[in-house]
Amino acid sequence: MTDTPRFFDEMHHGDGSPRPPYDTYCGWFGSEDLRDLRKKSTDAEQFFRRTGITFNVYGQAEADERLIPFDIVPRIISAREWARLTRGIEQRVRAINAFLHDIYHRQEILRAGRVPVDLIARNEAFLPQMIGMSPPGNVYTHIVGVDLVRTGEDEFYVLEDNARTPSGVSYMLENRETMLQMFPELFTRIKVQPVSDYPRDLRRSLAASAPPNCSSDCTVAVLTPGIHNSAYFEHAFLADQMGVELVEGHDIRITGGKVQMRTTQGYKPIDVLYRRVDDDFLDPLNFRPDSMLGVPGVMDVYRAGGITIANAPGTGIADDKAIYSYMPDIVEFYTGEKAILQNVPTWRCGDADSLAYVLDHLPELVVKEVHGSGGYGMLVGPAASKKELAAFRAKLTAKPGNYIAQPTLALSTVPILTKAGLAPRHVDLRPFVLVAPDKISITPGGLTRVAIKKGSLVVNSSQGGGTKDTWVLEE
Amino acid sequence: MLGKTAGGLFWMFRYLERSENTARLIEAGFRIALTRADGDDDEWTSVLQTAAVSHLYFQKHEQIDAAKAIDFMLRDMSNPSSVLSAIAAARMNARLVRTAITREVWEAVNDTYMILKRELARPVSARDLPEVLALIRQQSALVRGAMHGTMLRNDIFDFCRLGTFLERADNTARILDVKYYVLLPSISQIGSSLDNVQWETILRSVAGMRAYRWITQGETSPIGIADFLIFDTRMPRSLAFSAGKIATNLAYLEKAYGLRHPSHDQIDVISARLTHGTIDRVFEDGLHEFITDFLTDIARLGQQIETDYRFLG
Repeated sequence: MTDTPRFFDEMHHGDGSPRPPYDTYCGWFGSEDLRDLRKKSTDAEQFFRRTGITFNVYGQAEADERLIPFDIVPRIISAREWARLTRGIEQRVRAINAFLHDIYHRQEILRAGRVPVDLIARNEAFLPQMIGMSPPGNVYTHIVGVDLVRTGEDEFYVLEDNARTPSGVSYMLENRETMLQMFPELFTRIKVQPVSDYPRDLRRSLAASAPPNCSSDCTVAVLTPGIHNSAYFEHAFLADQMGVELVEGHDIRITGGKVQMRTTQGYKPIDVLYRRVDDDFLDPLNFRPDSMLGVPGVMDVYRAGGITIANAPGTGIADDKAIYSYMPDIVEFYTGEKAILQNVPTWRCGDADSLAYVLDHLPELVVKEVHGSGGYGMLVGPAASKKELAAFRAKLTAKPGNYIAQPTLALSTVPILTKAGLAPRHVDLRPFVLVAPDKISITPGGLTRVAIKKGSLVVNSSQGGGTKDTWVLEE
Repeated sequence: MLGKTAGGLFWMFRYLERSENTARLIEAGFRIALTRADGDDDEWTSVLQTAAVSHLYFQKHEQIDAAKAIDFMLRDMSNPSSVLSAIAAARMNARLVRTAITREVWEAVNDTYMILKRELARPVSARDLPEVLALIRQQSALVRGAMHGTMLRNDIFDFCRLGTFLERADNTARILDVKYYVLLPSISQIGSSLDNVQWETILRSVAGMRAYRWITQGETSPIGIADFLIFDTRMPRSLAFSAGKIATNLAYLEKAYGLRHPSHDQIDVISARLTHGTIDRVFEDGLHEFITDFLTDIARLGQQIETDYRFLG
């Protein structure tokens, strides 16, 4: 962290010249008319609305469908940068799966004292139902979204490992689709690695983790909480792209030891359930009894080897924010190597010393709820008012174990197109990782989220963030 | 295919058909009101009756009034048959079955919804009404075109068609039900101006004005109109045509699934009555009874299809 708020810009060097990955793009941009580009920007919005790429916002009186703002300036990553990132991501995801298997079996890492027992035993994300259970192919996290931020030429940090039900991949695909439609000429000049294989890869990857007794022609289905869920578009989109059924809890029942869906021709078994329903709601018989979204008894079928649930229940213990701070140890413990990707330094407010430090330095820190997500219930110290700081201080003191704190990172910027032309905004990156029993694959690119508000460091779509197409260049 | 999806497709296309039919009813009512000097609002009473929403109308309004009736049928969300309600319901179902329809069909439905939501955000003046109604017609054509041009001819398509033709059969039968008395020979006098108005309404409500004239070289008779709307298989909104399409699509499903259901028997009975029946026979036995029976049969068939193909758990 430097004292002066100078941020690493991914498009331009300090002297205004383009960084190498953006060379061709900047040349093209310079020859374009700003008004034409602004118009393209409006066209893009129209395109998204027509396609129905919308999301529902929680906590708004009118649960209407909203668009996530899309910016037409791509975020470009060189092949070399990407190669390094993928090595780091693959290492991390491998470690996460090993960690999950261990934590639900012999718990070697706890015995070795590398992770405190308390952190697991008293963690709500730890599911006792998973103890001793080995998912097919020992894959726990079939789909992972690793959130990365950049602070310098070679400085990348993992901000969060989304190992439960990472969302946003439909935006990755639709953003590219939109860019291809709007700027075909750019793609002839710049060779960008395609992302369009993702749905096919996802289906293959899921099928590869089917239960061993499943026939060669195994049936995959996507389980959605329903049309009112904020990510419903994505659920429908993925089912459609994979050519599989999109089911809700009430389409399913359990008979003959199999999970079956109600079709026009009677009940038909499902072998792999890509569920976009949280653990808590997955099975009212085994978890929250008031859940209307899940499938009663699915856990029993799962334990008996009758179905694959992706991601496995209980994976939340690996992306818990309290566990996060131990990730470098976890990676080292299971892979025997140093973590390639850095962790953001993290204070666990449950420790008295850390809490004291955090309370002293609150205006400089970012404080997050251990179990929160989506940017809700989070404090960005430098951007907070005195009143907000005081309110958060009270919350922290009342329940310190509920929070972690991190330094405010100098997130890199990529320009967006504004009325006045290009203007830098902070970004993060969520690459999508598929895990099959014998293979980890990472789609080149991912979802770049961008804070549309000037100076803002919060990129979450629920907090007004937007997205960009992410280009990984061919060698 | 999921039973829920089949149900979603069925209802999506029922609602699309309904929005179009409602628009056509408004058009007929509006046109009659324009061309007749007597200026009473009777026509709107029968429009509301035909759509089976007069009780809802009277919950909101004390008396029949052209502007209020138009607004109620066009954009009132408390009226499930209003154009805007029906389109919103169609789109809701389309979202539900997003995986079963092509991108073109989804975009056509979504576009239609967005356009009509914008156009119908405020009451439509009499002056703008023809343009708005034309827009609704165009949008319906767009959805239908996208469907025919891009969707596989499989069970998905069959459920769409079942929804369309059940709704259409129901709609044409309702028009006949509300107006049947005009077609009775005992009351109607050929050539009397009152009856001409009524016949015209009937034909306009089913977009059959020009077709009918063309077929009959301009001669109108009540029995001819009834024959045209019940038995004429050339007329795409007649009962016989709609029932024929329902039978065909149910037969496709029977073949594709290798399963015969009670709904197949039911449509056979309905079809037989329309294939072998004659208009003279219908008038002998009572037009009103015939139509009432048909409406009951069609409603029962709809429920049977829902059961046979497991729309609900």
